[in-house]
This record gives sequence, C-alpha cells and structure tokens, in this order.
Amino acid sequence: MSFIEVTQSLLGGFAVTCLLFILTLILSLPLGLLISFCTMSKFKPLKFVFKIFVWIIRGVPLMLQIFIIYFLVRTADGANFWAKLDTFFYFEYGVQFGKNGAGLGAFIAVLIAFAINYACYFSEIFRGGIESISKGQHEAGMVLGLTKKQIFSKIILLQVIKRIVPPMSNEIITLVKDTALSNSIGIVEIILQAKLFTQQAIWPLFYSGVFYLIFVGILTLLFGYLEKKLSYFKA
Amino acid sequence: MAYLEIKNFNKSFGNTEVLKGIDLQVEKGQVVSIIGSSGSGKTTLLRCINFLETPNSGEMILDGVSLINDLSKNDSDALLREKRLNFGLVFQSFNLFPQYSVLGNITLAPTLLLNDKINKRKQKEEYLKEKTNIENDAKALLEKIGLTDKANSYPCELSGGQCQRVAIARALALKPKILCFDEPTSALDPELTGEVLKVIRALKDEGTTMIIVTHEMGFAKNVSDKVVFMADGVIEEEGDAKSVFDNPKSEKLIHFLSSVNNKDGE
Ligand SMILES: Nc1ncnc2c1ncn2[C@@H]1O[C@H](COP(=O)(O)OP(=O)(O)OP(=O)(O)O)[C@@H](O)[C@H]1O
Ligand SMILES: [Mg+2]
Repeated sequence: MSFIEVTQSLLGGFAVTCLLFILTLILSLPLGLLISFCTMSKFKPLKFVFKIFVWIIRGVPLMLQIFIIYFLVRTADGANFWAKLDTFFYFEYGVQFGKNGAGLGAFIAVLIAFAINYACYFSEIFRGGIESISKGQHEAGMVLGLTKKQIFSKIILLQVIKRIVPPMSNEIITLVKDTALSNSIGIVEIILQAKLFTQQAIWPLFYSGVFYLIFVGILTLLFGYLEKKLSYFKA
Repeated sequence: MAYLEIKNFNKSFGNTEVLKGIDLQVEKGQVVSIIGSSGSGKTTLLRCINFLETPNSGEMILDGVSLINDLSKNDSDALLREKRLNFGLVFQSFNLFPQYSVLGNITLAPTLLLNDKINKRKQKEEYLKEKTNIENDAKALLEKIGLTDKANSYPCELSGGQCQRVAIARALALKPKILCFDEPTSALDPELTGEVLKVIRALKDEGTTMIIVTHEMGFAKNVSDKVVFMADGVIEEEGDAKSVFDNPKSEKLIHFLSSVNNKDGE
C-alpha cells in the first residue's frame, strides 16, 4: 500500500465528495431562493406551510433525513427503491458508481436529502438578507416607475448578496464537511475511503483531512475575494 | 380647475383615520409647503399623491387627467407605474441606491424605462441616441446641483447634503410634472441644510411645481407661494406665506407656530 495508491483511492473518494458538494449547491441555491419567497409570501397558508417545513428540516439531523429518504421510498414489491435504482443503472447503463459501496441510486437519495436540507438553511439566510433591506429602497424604486422585477434585480439583489456573503460562506464551508454524512448509507466519499485503509494504517485518515483543508482554504480565499469585490459600497 | 386638484382624500390605517377629507389645489409653477405637527398626516398625504398608499376615497386630477378616482383601485401595475411618473418624490432619508455611483443613481431609472421602450438590438441607433441623451441630461443635472466632480463617487462617499442633492437630481431625471419633498432636510446636520434648500430655491426660480413637507419654517415662508397647515388629518388653514405665518387665524396654527418658534429660540 504505497502513498501513490492511497492518493489515488482518496482522490476517487474526494471526487464523490466534490460531486455531492457541487450538485447540492446547484440545486439548493435556487430552491432556497424559492423557499425564501414562499416564507415571505403575503399568502398566509403558503407562508405557514413553508415556515413549518423549514422548521422541521432545520430542526432534525441531516443524517436522519438521509436515512428517512433512503429507507422510506420503496418499490411496489417492498424493495428499497434506491438499491433497485443502483442495479438498474448498473445493468442498463453499466454505471459503476463507487467501487465497493452504494451506487448511483443511493447517491441520488443522498443528494435529494442534502439539496432539501441546504435549501432550507439558505432560504433563511436569503430571507434575512432580503428583509434587512430598508423599505425605502423599494419605495425609491417604485416612485421612479420601476417594475417589481426591476426593483428586485437591479436594486435589492446586489445589496442582499453583499449582506449574505459572510453567512453563506459559513454555511457552504459546513456543507463541504457535511458531505461526509453520505457515508452513513454506504456512499464511498473520501472519509469512508480512508477508513477502508485503517486495518493497515492510520495515516490515510490524516491525509484525507488535508484534502478538506485545501478545499476549505480555497473556498475561504474565494469568499474573501468576493467580499472585497463588493466592498466598494456600503449597504 | 387647478393644475393639481385633490378632492376629499380619506385614508385610514385600520381604525385610525389619518386623512379626513383633504382638498388641495396646486397651480402650475407653484411651490406649496405643507406644515403641521408630527402625526398630522403630511407624509401620508404625500405618499397618496405618489401612489405609495391608496386613499380609501377621494379624487386626484392632474392637468385635466383623473389619476385617482373610484375606479383607479383596479389599475394594472403598468398603469400605476405610468401614473407614478407624473410625480417625483424626495425622501427624508435620501434612499439612494448604494451600489450605483452618483451618475448611476440618476441614470438608472431613465435607462430601464428606455430598455422597456426601445429594443436595444433591433433599434440600435435610436437606442444609443436616447442613451446619450440620458447621460447628457444627468450631467446637466449634476451641474445644476453642483456635484459634477462627484459623478463617479458612491453614496457612501458623500455627505448627507450631497446625498440629498443627488436624490433630487435622480427624481428630476424623469422630468416629473410635480416634485414632492418629504422633510428633505430633517435628516441633515444644520450646517448642511442650506445647500439643499439652495437647490430647491433654484428649482423654484426655474418654475418647477413643488409640494414640500417641511419643518423649516423660515424656508417655507421664504420659498412658498402657498402654505398649507395640517392638523389631525385635515387642512386647518391655508393661504399665502405671509398670511399663514404673520396672520394665523386658527387656534391650532397659532399654537403650532408659537411652539415652533420656542424651539427655534432654544
Ligand atoms: N403604514 C401605517 N400603518 C399604520 N399607521 C400609520 C401608517 N403610516 C402612518 N400611520 C399613522 O398615521 C399618522 C400620520 O402619520 P404621518 O407619517 O402621515 O404623519 P406626519 O405628519 O408625516 O408626521 P411627521 O411630522 O412625524 O413626519 C400617524 O399617527 C401614524 O402613526
Ligand atoms: Mg412625515
């Protein structure tokens, strides 16, 4: 078991980590915006339903949500839907996702749990940001004859983005580390991959930590850059 | 009929009646000041005129066109926006857009309206011509408010007085028929009010029709063609500046003026 071998294995696991991270972001950012609009809706029932939904999702451990989605969905004959999906992808399309763990079906289940969970967290950040913009900004846009859409996209949005960069960067960095939860149903991301070596050696565990540190370091720099880019105005 | 004619405006928030039958006439080129104690409904009246609030009943006619009436509650968003453009409103707290430069604040709305009107790609030449016009107009406005050198500054780099002057230019860029001010100098340090009042004064000299809610009695007396005193949601007294300030008739106005004078004397 050489360094090269371990590196190759861990890179494979890290690819799964990154994939889950990116896809979760792509799905949960727009979904979160949508949910934030619902929780700010003037239509009371809609607002109520989504407030409760956000409360539940944020109040229950993500691991439990993964388990519920993974074990709840069944096929007509009572088998695990996601496991069936694994074999379906494998036999129909030859998809091999992770060599010695759960397949693409399980990954999709995890992704759904992550996307919903993070959409709810993001929605609260978005809501806080949008509601923190003074009414005067909206009204200034209104008296200038702008449409609601123009007011949001040309006036409010950038101010909101500026305000939510710090909390969003926290949340996104948490997401990087949360992806490890996916190994609870057998997705072989980097930590589970490292764990597979522990019978022979412990150092791959530390090594896997380095991957996280580098990834989080890059994100921190990126957000710092964004913050600096937006520092030309005060909002 | 007057240029702007407001008839019997009523407005309630829940159970509180804030406007109780306001009638107001403004002639073209006139400067009308609205004074009155806190809570008398001055801001609410301005907000109704600018379509930020909808009066429960009443009528508003501008230049012979009825803008608010029994049927206008059903106006489409587009019609509402078009009606709003007849008026400009300058807020007490400026409400400049922080992410745009001074020039950007002034040109934003005219540019967006232009985008709605002319297709950027199909009518390229016409669009560019109009766009240049907008920029030239904005620069002329900057010169008028004395901030040409601040064109590329951001609001956070300006003093309160400069911000308010930019807010005035931003409102003027859409060429409103009537410009409204809600206590334009109340958020300013005393030494900065002068520069804003000077701009308003200059606008009057050009014949701009204005409605100004203000606590600056000296300025109101000096600049107004007509002064309106509001108390508890009604117009208690109105007239030219001389008669209102030097010869007040109603008890409430006498009381109001003496309390304001006492404060000034402190
Ligand atoms: N959106 C609202 N909801 C409920 N009450 C309101 C609302 N806007 C204003 N009011 C009430 O209406 C009354 C008149 O308010 P308004 O702001 O028009 O007074 P004002 O004459 O402008 O006072 P000030 O000199 O303090 O600015 C106040 O009692 C205020 O509390
Ligand atoms: Mg007021």
